[in-house]
Amino acid sequence: MRPPESRPKPRQLTALAKVLAALSLTGALSACNTVVLNPAGDVARQQGDLVVISTLLMLLIIVPVMAATVLFAWRYRASNKEAVYQPDWDHSTQLELLIWTAPLLIIICLGALTWVTTHLLDPYRTIGRIDATTPVAANAKPLEVEVVALDWKWLFIYPEQGVATVNELVVPTGRPLQFKITSSSVMNSFYVPAMAGQIYAMPGMETRLHAVVNKPIETVGFSANYSGAGFSNMRFATHAVTEADFAKWTADVKAGTPATNGETGGNLDRAAYLELEKPSEKVPATRYATVAPNLYDAIVDMCVEPGKMCMSEMMALDARGGLGKAGIRNVEMLAYDKHGREAAATANANPNAAIQRELAWVRALCRQMPGSAPDKTVKAPANLRSLTGAGMAAPQSLPLFGKDEQALSAPKGEPVAANEAAHSSQISRN
Amino acid sequence: MGRLWWDAMPQEPIVLATFVVVALGGAALVAALTYFKLWGYLWKEWFTSVDHKKIGIMYMILGLIMFLRGFADAVMMRIQQSIAFNGNEGYLNAHHYDQIFTAHGVIMIFFVAMPFVTGLMNYIVPLQIGARDVSFPFLNNFSFWMTTAGAVLVMASLFIGEFAQTGWLAYPPLSNLAYSPWVGVDYYIWALQIAGVGTLLSGVNLIATIVKMRAPGMTMMRMPIFTWTALCTNILIVAAFPVLTAVMTMLTVDRYLGFNFFTNDFGGSPMMYVNLIWIWGHPEVYILILPLFGVFSEVTATFSGKRLFGYSSMVYATLVITILSYLVWLHHFFTMGSGASVNSFFGITTMVISIPTGAKLFNWLFTMYRGRIRFDLPMMWTVAFMLTFTIGGMTGVLLAVPPADFVLHNSLFLIAHFHNVIIGGVLFGIFAAINFWWPKAFGFRLNEFWGKVSFWLWVPGFWFAFMPLYILGLMGVTRRMRVFDDPSIQIFFIIAAFGALMIAGGIGAMLVQFAVSIWKREELKDETGDPWNGRTLEWSTSSPPPEYNFAFTPIVHDIDAWEDMKRCGVERPTTGYRPIHMPKGTGTGLILAGLSTVLGFAMIWYIWWLAAVSFLGVIGYAIFHTFNYKRDYHIPVETVEATEAARTRQLAAAGA
Repeated sequence: MRPPESRPKPRQLTALAKVLAALSLTGALSACNTVVLNPAGDVARQQGDLVVISTLLMLLIIVPVMAATVLFAWRYRASNKEAVYQPDWDHSTQLELLIWTAPLLIIICLGALTWVTTHLLDPYRTIGRIDATTPVAANAKPLEVEVVALDWKWLFIYPEQGVATVNELVVPTGRPLQFKITSSSVMNSFYVPAMAGQIYAMPGMETRLHAVVNKPIETVGFSANYSGAGFSNMRFATHAVTEADFAKWTADVKAGTPATNGETGGNLDRAAYLELEKPSEKVPATRYATVAPNLYDAIVDMCVEPGKMCMSEMMALDARGGLGKAGIRNVEMLAYDKHGREAAATANANPNAAIQRELAWVRALCRQMPGSAPDKTVKAPANLRSLTGAGMAAPQSLPLFGKDEQALSAPKGEPVAANEAAHSSQISRN
Repeated sequence: MGRLWWDAMPQEPIVLATFVVVALGGAALVAALTYFKLWGYLWKEWFTSVDHKKIGIMYMILGLIMFLRGFADAVMMRIQQSIAFNGNEGYLNAHHYDQIFTAHGVIMIFFVAMPFVTGLMNYIVPLQIGARDVSFPFLNNFSFWMTTAGAVLVMASLFIGEFAQTGWLAYPPLSNLAYSPWVGVDYYIWALQIAGVGTLLSGVNLIATIVKMRAPGMTMMRMPIFTWTALCTNILIVAAFPVLTAVMTMLTVDRYLGFNFFTNDFGGSPMMYVNLIWIWGHPEVYILILPLFGVFSEVTATFSGKRLFGYSSMVYATLVITILSYLVWLHHFFTMGSGASVNSFFGITTMVISIPTGAKLFNWLFTMYRGRIRFDLPMMWTVAFMLTFTIGGMTGVLLAVPPADFVLHNSLFLIAHFHNVIIGGVLFGIFAAINFWWPKAFGFRLNEFWGKVSFWLWVPGFWFAFMPLYILGLMGVTRRMRVFDDPSIQIFFIIAAFGALMIAGGIGAMLVQFAVSIWKREELKDETGDPWNGRTLEWSTSSPPPEYNFAFTPIVHDIDAWEDMKRCGVERPTTGYRPIHMPKGTGTGLILAGLSTVLGFAMIWYIWWLAAVSFLGVIGYAIFHTFNYKRDYHIPVETVEATEAARTRQLAAAGA
């Protein structure tokens, strides 16, 4: 058997190291550009603040626990014969109560905070304020941007302005922004840390993000979900500019002025989109003066290719029971993933005679009218006080027994119900 | 030959060089084993053994080998990320780099953490509950070899073909045939499916063992905490792994038979995959951590020389975690666009898990309180765990707040968080357990000096490697990046790489520790079988325990059964032995797993004839095995008497 007194470890060293680490961490954080905690957009700012508040809330219990760990480890080291030693002490109701309730209380606070902020900062919800002091004007119309994650670049369509860009996002400051987000092939995540939190971009589906940028900045956005070989370069310059500059920028795009180190793409019609959709990396910022109508809806509906049946239409057919035997005729023509990245759409680009016949068959069935994704936007409440509970009436307690008597007395006219009531009251008496 | 051809051989110089080194090393190993005529010994004493102790040790060796591979991947990533700035592409192209981070995750979870945890449970649980083996000893051997078969496939992918380039959970549509057309994802699927069979069966086995084979007197509420956590972990395994099997099967039919479970078109839903894989994936992290919570409980009680504080509290906390671990999976994808109510529900359930976890931490704390703490290596790892894991837990709860997760999801903050809990929790626990139970397994203690070198390199190394990642996450840097355009963040990656270097030193020191301890095993010999003044039944046997563990089944009167026996001065019986009925070794497990490896390989490469042959082989051999009636034997009384007499002499010598 080993001697009971082993060498005590210099535990303070660890403690000291921890304190130093914490200090250097604070120093490092203030020194470097922690955009998540110090963003330019109000939504991201609230999210960043929440990171800090939650951390502080948890430190209320983390710090004492860590301190106690170090303290107990040192105080009750084997060589310290002065410390109390109670080998059989293994229970204390008070302490048990404490160790379950202390974390519970913190979690109740954090849970309440979570419930409220998750609803307030839901990306599907229109923003209720421009910043802490400015509510959104009643007649403010959000700037709509349609975002498509492509292999491996980002397409932004501005339906209001009728222009589009690749790898260049320009937004006006102080105006609510509404992003409709989808993807052409695999899952990505649309994230501009300086503006607002991220949300996945998924093919055949649309996600939403509402945000605002409060001051002019030049920053960067990117995909935050790995999407294949070109993922690392799937980044786009993001500029927030004043309303006037934004109008000027729109005019520039329409006039065909390229971005610095960028290109102009002319007209983004469906053919140009299908070309753009093919995998490519490090694509320079490209501006399109015009955009085919309904292009974004067709992308979400996965029917940009001529002759391709839209998902909404396929679903509508299926909902009616499908086409029966006719429906299995060359299903390949309906496939979207079929050619993947390797030869995206080549088959449809150069159809041979047999494929032409099949295409005609599909076209005969298919109206090629993309449906629009259901609008799942959540409207911000006019009055935020309803969420915090401020100014609400106190909950009224219900007269429990009085209600029972009512239930018993009310249905006297109806024998069946009265029987039931009598029956249930009997059960409750048992 | 399906799609297997010469172009599947290594093309890149880095892989080619590794291949040559591994091939030479492997050839040398085979030559050495042949030269020293060790094949027969290995086959008879280890590969075909159904002894839970030997299987446990083989699991640990598998985990250690795969750990070295997984860590090599980690170092390659750290080097790439610390140089790929300012237009420098680094030294890894996307195809290679993307395989590395996928392989790193898959290997570390499935083929490092899982074998370590299963190996520990295999070795310790039967000894702790006073049993002679697990319920189904042959199944145990088969489970081990199936896990190994999965590991073999992953290793084969390094040199033949490619591994998946999808991230460790292989989300579709990226992992579907259209976007991952070659063999990478198929290696992933078949490795996990085959290893999954092993994991699931070993879960069934250990549940049956714990429920049915406890020594008389050991009621549920007298089970050692490690056994409790092992029970909960195996319940989680049995409930969660079928989900993984099902989701992998769906991906398989998508890829092989043109189904549309997870495709973009024809009504497939990739979101369904993400949900299903995390319904397995979140319980999985508790599968990994729970047994280590058990280890820390045993270590804290033993080295504080004190009963565990709040035993029932600990048991209930474990049960609550077991149940809650099924109600939180959605927190892995708050950003997929669920509504605010769904997100906050899963956020709050996640936070609720921190309550029982916190209670556990307090229990260890109050076990140390008024104890006599001996800071041997297991206890050092435990204190390091308590300080490290707390931080990881805190950042985890932070990530459970959905709006916070929107800005931190998929960032390096997330990476730092889960390495904080997996290294700080699982790995530190494994190290504590290895140092704690090594003397039991081999009869000699581990060298302390090299153990401390390893400890003092590992713990600060961990902080150097992952603190910068927390900061980078707050700077909005996302995971799985191969090249960067912002030169100001390079310094953080260099610090992280330095941390990885320290960890490499820690791993090296640990290997030296093993080597030195084996070399000086006579000096470190443990004659008593109870080197740490232990509290549970495994310490009542000799080190290493005899094949039959206990000559007489012990009778249990208290939670800490062995401590209770020592206090009451229970005499070790030295007469009245009877023949002991034991299971017999068989090569069937190895053969079936070998055939399964061939089956997996054939399916990966579309070699259909070979797949058919090996599939028939698996079924046929399994049926053939059912006709093997020579499954058991009796250890004769004379052998037991001789073994126990030697033990009596050993104890007398140790006492003198």
